[in-house]
Amino acid sequence: MMAIGAGRKAKVDFVKGTPVALNGDALVAHAMRQVHPDVVACYPITPQTILTETFSEFVANGEVHTEFIAVESEHAAMSACVGAAAAGARTQTATSGPGLALMWEMLWVASGCRLPIVLHLCTRAFSAPLNILGDHHDLMGMRETSWVMLSAETAQEAYDNGIQAVRIAEHPDVLLPVASAMDGFITTHSVERVELLPDDAVAEFVGTYKPAYSLLDLERPVSMGPWDFHDYFFEHKRQQVEAMDRAREVAIEVAREYGDMSGRYYGPVEPYRMEDAEVAVVIMGSAAGTVRTVVDELRQEGVRAGVLRIRLLRPFPSEAVAQALSGVRAAAVLERSITYGAASNGLHMEISSVLCSRGLSPRLESWSYGLGGRNTTPAQFRRVYEELLRAEEGARAPLAVRYVDLRE
Amino acid sequence: MTTLALRDLTARPSPLAPGHGLCAGCSESVVAREVLYALDKPAVVVSATGCLEISTSRFPFTSWRTPWMHSAFENAATTINGIEAAYKALVRRGAMEPREIAFVVFAGDGATYDIGLQWLSGAIERGHRFIYICLNNEAYMNTGIQRSGASILGTWTTTTPVGKVAPGKMQWRKDLTGIIAAHNAPYVAQAATHAWKDLMTKVQRADAAEGPTFINVLAPCTRGWRYEPEDTMAISRLAVETGMWPLYEVDRGQWKITHKLRDRKPVTEWLKSQGRFSHLLQPENKHVVEEIQRRVDEEWKRLLQRCGEA
Repeated sequence: MMAIGAGRKAKVDFVKGTPVALNGDALVAHAMRQVHPDVVACYPITPQTILTETFSEFVANGEVHTEFIAVESEHAAMSACVGAAAAGARTQTATSGPGLALMWEMLWVASGCRLPIVLHLCTRAFSAPLNILGDHHDLMGMRETSWVMLSAETAQEAYDNGIQAVRIAEHPDVLLPVASAMDGFITTHSVERVELLPDDAVAEFVGTYKPAYSLLDLERPVSMGPWDFHDYFFEHKRQQVEAMDRAREVAIEVAREYGDMSGRYYGPVEPYRMEDAEVAVVIMGSAAGTVRTVVDELRQEGVRAGVLRIRLLRPFPSEAVAQALSGVRAAAVLERSITYGAASNGLHMEISSVLCSRGLSPRLESWSYGLGGRNTTPAQFRRVYEELLRAEEGARAPLAVRYVDLRE
Repeated sequence: MTTLALRDLTARPSPLAPGHGLCAGCSESVVAREVLYALDKPAVVVSATGCLEISTSRFPFTSWRTPWMHSAFENAATTINGIEAAYKALVRRGAMEPREIAFVVFAGDGATYDIGLQWLSGAIERGHRFIYICLNNEAYMNTGIQRSGASILGTWTTTTPVGKVAPGKMQWRKDLTGIIAAHNAPYVAQAATHAWKDLMTKVQRADAAEGPTFINVLAPCTRGWRYEPEDTMAISRLAVETGMWPLYEVDRGQWKITHKLRDRKPVTEWLKSQGRFSHLLQPENKHVVEEIQRRVDEEWKRLLQRCGEA
């Protein structure tokens, strides 16, 4: 089990942070400031806007050396990032749902060119109908683009992940772009008590990016993004697969090192009271905290409940997920998205595959919740656990996806 | 500044190696070399998706002896902006020494007039330093001769075929050079492949402007225009002589014709030189030819007005 706490350093002299009250957007903007990006190209979109505005203030006040490009669209944002990263610059951007959709073509170019760009994703539902609130369709859709993906539960974690993302992306064994996600509005706009690490501690943690190749290396000219046909394209894609596999270990190692520095440790999955859990919920993002309160209630009532939060979405932490769920009788995969017309929702399918290939067969239900920013409450999640408990021993999971708090 | 004496130019190593896959008679490698030879500094080049891009970068080979990137079709302007921004930031934090670099884009009329206009417009408005060369062959040639916003009325292409009710393309072209000039870019020009000294002088002026600059270069296409490969230079010259493609510049808002015409040849000279217009020579399309001549006359008159020569 990838138990939280395993491998923690014994000492207590963690770097001391400064407590501040900030929302997720503003806090992640501070993470961007502290990692000293050379180039940031952003286009404002709700609920990411505060992030771009806050970073613009750092630029206006000369607090960063960053060349900030206020582009005219998100496609242009990722296009500028691709050029900048290919020129050897530490490069970042941020966006939300529809902006991510507009970037789509370039997400593949960024990963295919093996450019260590970091994207802060403030999740948002896709139109239509128009909805600016948070859900995970952008996050789920992005899974195929060969980006390393982290999903944060809190603003503090979005900050921590945002810093770690730089190290993962720029690791010579990885060289893939990294998306660091937080939930739109719930995390981006809620003011929380968070801790800012000292600037020099973050600077030391991320170090300086030394690209192996750069378009500005005039003495060693390189051609990037060439025409690659049937004779080599497949092998290049296979190289991305291997980089993604290596990213799993790198992400775990970077998180451990970050924990040793900050005192905040994160695993690829975050299990809560899963050690002896009989029923469990698997979830991503901000709702995990709400589910934990339900777990505590149920535990007081004698129910062996647990919750597993997926933090590393790509590369998928298959072993950690399998280990965490190996002892449960029934689990519900709760997703803030729908995979239309599929056998079940995306994360459920993925976990089913992980369990099936390891000969594990707990009852595994697929649920959707919280679309378009719908409120999530402990009562809603309690009902899911009750449904899991009601199922008879050995009974098959329903074939259809179930919905939390939906007018039928 | 680099001398434009031929004996000096021919002695310089070409940043674009031979052995690329462009068609015999293609103007694009000619223009690319004219542009890069004109600069007295190394260039970082971005190519939009297109003929020049695929013909010079077939993995595992490359024809580029200078740093080069292709990222996508519509966004070459923004990609070069990212590279230029990286340069400024890396110099600012002391990661590299300041040095003379030209940031150059080569993109076709599809990538420039149509799918990439927003990216180019944004790049110019933001004031990045780059030289954007539009290789204008008046249609989407890389995908097999489809109409673009640069194709003129009556042009045969595979998406404006000549049929029973349509004499080729039914619309005129957009004045892209004028659109870019309206952005108040410090240097904007029109050039043509055959007029090498005119083009190279314009490249040098663009480089000296140290801002967002744009040169729209007429680049004849033997396959798409339907003419023999050896006629590329003659066709390019004819475009200028008929007024189809006037050579001019807009240098910090000052419009100036750089190749004056005493007697403009009729557009029929241009139309009959290429197979893509052969249907226009039929009597039933006389009105189309008249409309083309009227449009060219109108554009020429407007250009003279803008240049203060009317």
